[in-house]
Amino acid sequence: MIHVSHVKKIYKMDGVETVALDDVSFDIKKGEFVAIMGPSGSGKSTLMHILGALDKATSGSYILDGEDVGKLLDDALAKIRNRKIGFIFQAFNLLPRFTALQNVMLPMRYAGIPSTERLEKAQRYLTMVGLSDRMAYTSSQLSGGQQQRVAIARGLAMSPSIILADEPTGNIASHQAQEIMEIFEKINKDGHTIVMITHESDIAAHANRIIHIKDGKIIRDQKNGKRN
Amino acid sequence: MENAIETVKEALATLSLNKLRTGLAMLGIVIGIGSVIALLSLGQATQKQIESNIQSLGANLLTVSPGFQTQGAVRGAAGGGTTLTNEDAQAIAESPSITTINNVSPELSSRSQVTARRNNTNVQIIGATPAYTSVHNLEIEQGSFITDTHVSSRSRVAVLGPQVVTDLFGENANPIGQTIRISGQSLMVIGTTVSKGGTGFMNQDNIIYVPLSTAQKQLFGQDYLSSIAVEAKSADVMTQTQNEIGYLLLSRHKLSEPSEADFSIFSQADLQNTISQTAGTFTSLLAGIAAISLLVGGIGIMNIMLVTVTERTREIGLRKALGATKKIIITQFLLEATILTIFGGIIGVVGGIVVFYAISKLANFLFTISFFSIALALVVSGAIGVIFGAYPARRAANMEPIEALRYE
Repeated sequence: MIHVSHVKKIYKMDGVETVALDDVSFDIKKGEFVAIMGPSGSGKSTLMHILGALDKATSGSYILDGEDVGKLLDDALAKIRNRKIGFIFQAFNLLPRFTALQNVMLPMRYAGIPSTERLEKAQRYLTMVGLSDRMAYTSSQLSGGQQQRVAIARGLAMSPSIILADEPTGNIASHQAQEIMEIFEKINKDGHTIVMITHESDIAAHANRIIHIKDGKIIRDQKNGKRN
Repeated sequence: MENAIETVKEALATLSLNKLRTGLAMLGIVIGIGSVIALLSLGQATQKQIESNIQSLGANLLTVSPGFQTQGAVRGAAGGGTTLTNEDAQAIAESPSITTINNVSPELSSRSQVTARRNNTNVQIIGATPAYTSVHNLEIEQGSFITDTHVSSRSRVAVLGPQVVTDLFGENANPIGQTIRISGQSLMVIGTTVSKGGTGFMNQDNIIYVPLSTAQKQLFGQDYLSSIAVEAKSADVMTQTQNEIGYLLLSRHKLSEPSEADFSIFSQADLQNTISQTAGTFTSLLAGIAAISLLVGGIGIMNIMLVTVTERTREIGLRKALGATKKIIITQFLLEATILTIFGGIIGVVGGIVVFYAISKLANFLFTISFFSIALALVVSGAIGVIFGAYPARRAANMEPIEALRYE
């Protein structure tokens, strides 16, 4: 479903070239839960941005659901992000003035889904992440863990092909992080493909495949024996 | 449609979040639109007022004034000369060659202090003949106007304008038979005139009419006329009549060249045109100033929108990550700017009308509002939002999502 082949990313800053990704290739099948691990500066965030259609590779190809994402224009990329990718950020990135319900409905609004259907789906996903009693709260009224659960519900709202999580537990207290990971395992069991970036091995341990990268190269790509 | 309503609601919610900033951003538009409305209405009202005033002065009216016409650097003050006499007026009225006139009204006008009982007021005194009423469309409210007998016998009688009646005798008083004093002479009031309106120098209600001979011999001690008003038979013969009177007076004054004339003749139409033009110029000047303040208001909107876009960089990045297209982002910010200016425009229209209403009450102006100017003001304020919101909105839409998401 995800097919990454010979992807290279080179940044040019003040005439100096920095290689962020160097000839990276891998496939991810439907239903996998993949953790991408690496120290900071390893290129994992760059890889995440390319997988999320937020950035384009300098060379190589990235095919998502049969579509060559690298060749698409801005509006088509926006559509890909809207329909095929569910983002979960380290900093949650909820709109502060919006309620939990409104935040979850936002991507569905961009997709032009009628409001009754939007409301029904948003309520369903918020209930699924255990926030049925917090739907009308704004993010300032929610704890970090609760905000991240809203973000997960928002990521699921469009039933995307992949859930992309960037350090999803980085800003959360550890007992809440455990709850978040349980939700990830649950939605993975429901059939969602998850790609998660983390530098914590105990968080990566929840995935069933771990890709290690360093200096822009994949150094290890293995099944997680503990889970499988 | 459903989405449109939601986008508008969202924009309203965003704008109401920072009320002080929204209010200040709007203020420029409020002041701009408000002054456009107030000034345009004022200009239109002035124009209408002048037209109706001049109409009420008398139609097809030619006025002969003494004094030299513009001639090189020397110009005799109009009305300041002593070159028109009773005989000139008589000659115009009786000339066999001038057939296009209805009436001739010789007049002597001067300001003077008037007393009655304990009240006194400063008014314009006009020495007139019976022809005055027809030439100037003057109507009598009570009593009668000056007759030929009054003129020939220098009777000490007076006809009062309504303002004078109010000032000297009180509101709705009947002054007929009462005595007033002008320059030490007692005159008996024989009539009052119907109000003609007008304000300031155009006030036609603050006038006392006395027989011409009485004014000349007993009040002011001079034989000259300050003007001769001539009523032409129709508007079509105005120019012809003007020329004929001109030649008659030139020959009577033994002058050979029109450039030497010691009098001037102008028609009501000339006066109307001059004043309308002046008022028009003034109105456009004021409207120009108002337009500049609108421009400044628009720049203020642009400035605020640029600040907003920068502040909300992360939000824009997130929205793009969630699948908002450029069009969606542009629409969002353009809508915020336009709502800002249209609200500003509505407040400005209301404010402008209130200011104009206050001015019209204070200065006794006609209060009329043209719906065209209101509609125009609202369209203009909407357009300002679109024009000055376009650049900030475009800037928001062109942000790179990752950079926007990273923005602190």
